[in-house]
Amino acid sequence: MAEKFDLNEREVWDGNYAASQAMRQAKVDVMAAYPITPSTPIVENYGAYVANGYIDGEFVMVESEHAAMSACVGASAAGGRVATATSSQGFALMVEVLYQASGMRLPIVLNVVNRALASPLNVRGDHADMYLGRDAGWIQFGAFNSQEAYDLALCAFKVAENHSVRLPVMIHQDGFITSHTAQNVYPLTDEAAYNFVGDIDPVDDMLDFSRPVTYGAQTEEDWHFEHKAKQHKAIMDSVPVIEEVFAEFEKISGRKYKRVETYMMEDAEVAIVALGTTVETSRVAAMKMREQGIKAGVVAPRVFRPFPFDLIRDALENVKSVAVLDRSSPGGAMGAFYNEISAALYTTPKRPLVTNYIYGLGGRDFAVQDAIDIYNEQKANADAGYITTDIQQFSGLRGPKLGFFQTKRS
Amino acid sequence: MAITSVKNLKEFSTANDRFEGAHTLCPGCAHSMIVRELMNCTDDNLVVTTNTGCLEVSTAVYPFTSWDTSWMHIGFENAASAAGGAEAMYKARKKKGTLKDPDAPVKFVAFGGDGSTFDIGFQWMSGAFERGHDFTYICLDNENYANTGGQRSSATPIGATTSTAQAGTHSYGKKEKKKDIVAIMAAHGAPYVAQLAPNKWKSMAKGFQKALETEGPCFINTVSPCCTEWRFDPKDTIGITDLATDSLMFPIYEIIDGHELNILYRPKNVIPVEDYLAAQGRYKHLFKPEYRHVIDEIQKGVDEYWEMLQRREEARV
Repeated sequence: MAEKFDLNEREVWDGNYAASQAMRQAKVDVMAAYPITPSTPIVENYGAYVANGYIDGEFVMVESEHAAMSACVGASAAGGRVATATSSQGFALMVEVLYQASGMRLPIVLNVVNRALASPLNVRGDHADMYLGRDAGWIQFGAFNSQEAYDLALCAFKVAENHSVRLPVMIHQDGFITSHTAQNVYPLTDEAAYNFVGDIDPVDDMLDFSRPVTYGAQTEEDWHFEHKAKQHKAIMDSVPVIEEVFAEFEKISGRKYKRVETYMMEDAEVAIVALGTTVETSRVAAMKMREQGIKAGVVAPRVFRPFPFDLIRDALENVKSVAVLDRSSPGGAMGAFYNEISAALYTTPKRPLVTNYIYGLGGRDFAVQDAIDIYNEQKANADAGYITTDIQQFSGLRGPKLGFFQTKRS
Repeated sequence: MAITSVKNLKEFSTANDRFEGAHTLCPGCAHSMIVRELMNCTDDNLVVTTNTGCLEVSTAVYPFTSWDTSWMHIGFENAASAAGGAEAMYKARKKKGTLKDPDAPVKFVAFGGDGSTFDIGFQWMSGAFERGHDFTYICLDNENYANTGGQRSSATPIGATTSTAQAGTHSYGKKEKKKDIVAIMAAHGAPYVAQLAPNKWKSMAKGFQKALETEGPCFINTVSPCCTEWRFDPKDTIGITDLATDSLMFPIYEIIDGHELNILYRPKNVIPVEDYLAAQGRYKHLFKPEYRHVIDEIQKGVDEYWEMLQRREEARV
């Protein structure tokens, strides 16, 4: 029986500590992990909880992130609750096993503290690692602050382990900006948190020898396609479960989560679509734009996978000009997030103008003024009725302005 | 049926059969003999993990499986991590009381070919041994990447021809010596490490049992002649294994706690390695006059290694 951990109604936690408290309250059975900046404290804290009797679990400190996710796969198939954390290069090293974990439908929870990918080596936050995992068949939640990193981690177990979902879930938070910034967090009591998450009821338990299971079979052109289609359907069909879990969480916490978070979008003419902490920065900027009479709003997917194609359209179809902000080096294309948002908006009758901003790579600060500048450009687009700038621009880059492609006008 | 002794091959063959005969391994492949012997030598529940390789692609082709026990394959390199993760979960659930049958003994076994063991999965195996997971790692050593058509691995012996270390007018095949995996795993301080062969089936079954009963990470390298890539007639698998063990190319021995070395098989008549090499197509080129020196070099290496094993056995250090 674990020792009681004293919590105050209000705590001052950074994102890492908030996530690790959720791991403790969910009573994670096995955490197999490898340290990497900036996510290290999450796994260190779990280790400290084990060392001090606050959790009855096994902390398996392995020799690489690839081994960490491999051990998580073995542990999860052995029927208990499994979680880990990583960032950046560690995430990149894990990628092979991320696909294998989701293909085997294992409900592993992965806290991803987003950080840039080398080269050049950089420990600061951008979304390159998150983008690398976007096709891996995992559900992806985005936390914009410490409270959300805690709340969504608890929700993640409940979604992942739901028998109609059975998929791994990542919770993303921004490296340093969220992970290392202490903020007010209102935790649930241990009892309320565990009652919410509940016991795991494993499916295809490798330690139930009355019913042997084979994990990780071989399929070629005869069956592989059907398996992957079924997996895709499972992630698409997880939407009602995610919404139910969010609704249930609101009942016990008073905190409401939606698949797409909208801010001042009811009458918005111009909008920023962003991920991570940039959402909060953009909200402040939108408020300031409103003071100047510009109807600005912010749209942010809370659930990045399954991609909220439907709600993105609902939120943005009546906006005149939309800026999609990608915090990842696009490597010779339009930003991936831009492409996804644009695809959704292309299927609306009004087809808003959509521009792409690459920003904040390697932790380059994105300030309120940067968002204001973007809103002003959107306003100019809205007034002109076409994209007045390059369609893809770099925001906050030193040196001469960098941009690509101009709109085609007949 | 419970295994009480391994004295009688007929009796042994009727033991608890959890590895089905229906699989797609090559006729004459030694893998299935070795795996079946492992599965037969215990009545304990088994969680088996397997690296990508011949064994994996031949025994779990959807919608079929040859495994009548819990089995997992993740990737080429990580069966040891998977076994370690499952073993950690077993401990966690035992403590919490969430196992369905908490009193039934469970053993954890990882299989890998020499490619995944000596090369791509080496780090994963080494890490699992350092952490001390209670499991047994069995390498099915056929000295090449047979599943992908016979490329060299660091288990391929000097002088063998493979598709990526080819014999030709300017090459006698692989130039480098085989990695001494048994010594490396013994150096991890593992409580039980052995090299075993399917022709010596009693010592193999006993070694497997010893490994499963020993707490902590145990390593066994098994000789698994590959008729396809070593190029011999599938009916000769055990005959080739006899030549391997009697020429001392594959000495049969165990190392307990990293230092106590016991030789488990001493051939009455040690045969020259030449006899072993001559029985396989992969060494055929060595019998050309210009490459004869490689045979001498192999013989010298085998003699020196056997001498070293005997001295270590005597010294008990």
